[in-house]
Amino acid sequence: MTNLLLLQALNGLQFGILLFLVAAGLTLIFGIMDLINLAHGVLYMVGAYLTATFTSLTGDFFIGLALALPAALLFGIVLERLIFSQLYDRDHLEQVLATFGLILILNEGVKMIWGAAPLSVPIPDILSGSVPLIGPMRFPVFRIVIIAAGLVTALGLWFLVARTRIGMLLRAGATNAPMVSALGVDVKRLFMLVFGLGAMLAGFAGAMVAPILSVEPGMGNNILILTFVVIVIGGVGSIRGAFVAAILVGVVDTVGRTFGPIILRSLMDPSAASQTGRTLAPMLIYILMAAVLFARPSGLFPKAGAS
Amino acid sequence: MRTILKVGAALLATTIVAGPAMAQDGVKIGIMLTLSGPPAVLGEQAKNGFELAVEKMGGQLGGIPTEIIVVDDELKPDIAATKARELVERDGADFVVGPIFSNIMQAIAKPVTDAGAFLISPNAGTSTFAGAECNPNLFVASYQNDQVHEVLGKYAQDTGYSRVFLMAPNYQAGKDALAGFRHSYEGEVVGEVFVPLGQLDFSAELAQIAAYQPDAIYTFMPGGMGVNLVKQYRQAGLDTIPFLSAFTVDETTLPAQQDAAVGFFGGANWAPDLDNEASKEFVAAYEEKYGAVPGTYAMQAYDAAQLIDSAIKAAGGDVSDSDAIRAGLRAADITSLRGDFKFGPNNYPIQDFYLVKVAKRDDGKFETQIAEKIFDDYADNYASQCQMAK
Repeated sequence: MTNLLLLQALNGLQFGILLFLVAAGLTLIFGIMDLINLAHGVLYMVGAYLTATFTSLTGDFFIGLALALPAALLFGIVLERLIFSQLYDRDHLEQVLATFGLILILNEGVKMIWGAAPLSVPIPDILSGSVPLIGPMRFPVFRIVIIAAGLVTALGLWFLVARTRIGMLLRAGATNAPMVSALGVDVKRLFMLVFGLGAMLAGFAGAMVAPILSVEPGMGNNILILTFVVIVIGGVGSIRGAFVAAILVGVVDTVGRTFGPIILRSLMDPSAASQTGRTLAPMLIYILMAAVLFARPSGLFPKAGAS
Repeated sequence: MRTILKVGAALLATTIVAGPAMAQDGVKIGIMLTLSGPPAVLGEQAKNGFELAVEKMGGQLGGIPTEIIVVDDELKPDIAATKARELVERDGADFVVGPIFSNIMQAIAKPVTDAGAFLISPNAGTSTFAGAECNPNLFVASYQNDQVHEVLGKYAQDTGYSRVFLMAPNYQAGKDALAGFRHSYEGEVVGEVFVPLGQLDFSAELAQIAAYQPDAIYTFMPGGMGVNLVKQYRQAGLDTIPFLSAFTVDETTLPAQQDAAVGFFGGANWAPDLDNEASKEFVAAYEEKYGAVPGTYAMQAYDAAQLIDSAIKAAGGDVSDSDAIRAGLRAADITSLRGDFKFGPNNYPIQDFYLVKVAKRDDGKFETQIAEKIFDDYADNYASQCQMAK
C-alpha cells in the first residue's frame, strides 16, 4: 500500500507539473492583462501538433521540440496581434464569447489540417522504458523527464519574474497596469511578450505530453478546466500560487482517485464503496477548490493590492 | 453541413443528360455518421466502406440510379434526430445507413422507421432494439454490442485466467461492457475501475494494476482514450500482463498506437487478414483508395451497401414495395466480407466471432489479425424476446 501511495504521489506530481506549465501562462494573462482566455487550452493542443509534425519531419523528438517551441511562440504572438489585442478593453463576457469561438475555429482548423485521427509521437529511445521502484512497481523514464523539465521551467520562470527587469514590469503590470503605462512603459509590447510566453509554455506542455498522450483535436479542452481551477486556487496572477496549486490539484486528484475508494471500502460494503468512490473521485478537486476559496477567497497567494 | 454526393461517373453523366427527374425512379440513401470531432475517424471509415461498395457496383445499388446524401450527426442525439427526420421526410430517403454510436441509434430509429424508411446500422447494435422492442424496419449489419465483450470473457475463461482486472469509462456503454465480459467469465475480478469519460492520463489506474498483478486485464476504452491507455500501459512496463480489450485496439486507433499495441487482444466479427476472396479484394481496394487499413466499421458499411443492393434486386427495383424490400433484406443474399452471415429473428446478425491480435505487417502498417475463433454462428442473448410485428 505504501508502494502504491509513493507511485501515485509521483504520478500526481507529474500531472501537477503539467498543469503548472499551462496554468503559468494563463495566470499571467489573466492577472496582468485582465483577459479571460478560454482558448489557452488550444495553445496546448497546437504545441502538441507542432511537435508531432516537426518530429515526423525531422525524425527526431528533440529537434522537433526545438522547432515547435519558437513556432508556438510565434503562433501566440500572431494570435495576440490579430485577435486578443482587440479584446483587452472589452468586458469579460465578450472575451469569453470571442475566445470560446476561437476554440471552435482552431479545433476544426486542426482537424482540417491534420485530420480527425489521433496522431502519435514516438518516445525517443534514450527516454523510453521504465525504472523499477519497489517490488513490481515501475515508473516510466519519460514521466521523470517531464517532472524534471517542469521543475527547471518553474525555476526559470521564478528567476525571470523575481530577478529581472522584465519580471519587475510583469509584477508591476499585474498590480496596476494603467500606472505602469503612465510611467512610460510600452504596455502593448509587454502584453505581447506575456502572451507569447504563455503560448510557448502551454505549447511546451503540449509538446511534453505528445509522446505519452495521443495528439488529437480537442485535447486542450480537458486540461483547460483544471487549469482554471489551478489559477483560482493559487490566486489569479501569481506564478508561485499557480505552482503550489498545480501540484496540490495533481496530487489530490491522482491519489484521491485511487485511495478514495480504498478508504471508503473500509467504511461501507464494497459495491456501495465503488459506486460512491466513482462519483466522489472526480469531485475531489472541486471540493478542494471550494474549501480553499472558503478560507481564502482570493486564493492561496493573492496578488498584492487586489481588491 | 450537408453534402450531396452523386456517386459514380456514370451516374453523373446520366444526371447531366436527364436532369434531376431521374432520381425519382431511383433510390435515395441517407448516410448518417459521426463525421466531426475526435470520433470522426470511425464515421469516415464507414463512409469510405460504403462508397467503395457503391463504386464497385458501378455507382448503382440494385441496378437503379442511386443518390447518396451524407450527413454528420455530430454525435449529438438531438441534432441527429432532426437531421434524420429531414432525410426521410424532406429528402425522401428510402434507406438510412447509420449510425456509429449507440446513443445516436436510440435517437434516430423512431423518426426513420416511422416514416417508412429502413434503418441499416453499420456499427451500433444496442440491446434495446434486439429484444422486445425489435423493429421490422431496422437492420443491424454489425453485431449486438454485448457480443464483442462476451468474446473476451469467454477467452479469459477458457484460457484459465483466474484473477482479472476490469476498467471502463463511467457511462452506460462502459457498464454494459463489463457486464458483457462477466456474462461469460466466472473467475475472480480483483479490481474494477470506472474512469471519467474522456480521461487521457491513466497513470493512477496503471499503478493499481501494477499493485494487483492480475492474470490479465480487460478494458473497453474507445477512441483517443484507448490510444493513450495502450501507450501508457506499455511505458509503465505492464506488458507482461495480457491486455484484453474491446474497441480499444482496432484499425482506427492503430495508426496512433503503432508498436505499443502489438500483441494486444481484441474481439471482432472480422479482421483484415480474414481468409476469403471477397474480403482480401476489399482490403486491397480500400488500402489503395484511402491509404489506410480498413477496420470493422468499413467492412460493416460495405456489407450494409451489399444488403441494400440485394434487397432492391429482390424487389425487382421497386423501392416503394416495402414488404418486398424487407423480405430481401431479411434473406441477406450477399457474399458478406466476414463469411457466414444471416439475420436472426430480431434483424441482428448471426455470425462468427474471433479473438483478434494486433500485428505489424511486413509493409510497416498495423492491423488486427485473427488469433482464434471464439464463437461460431453466434446469436445475441436478446433475440428470443423479440416478437416481430408484421
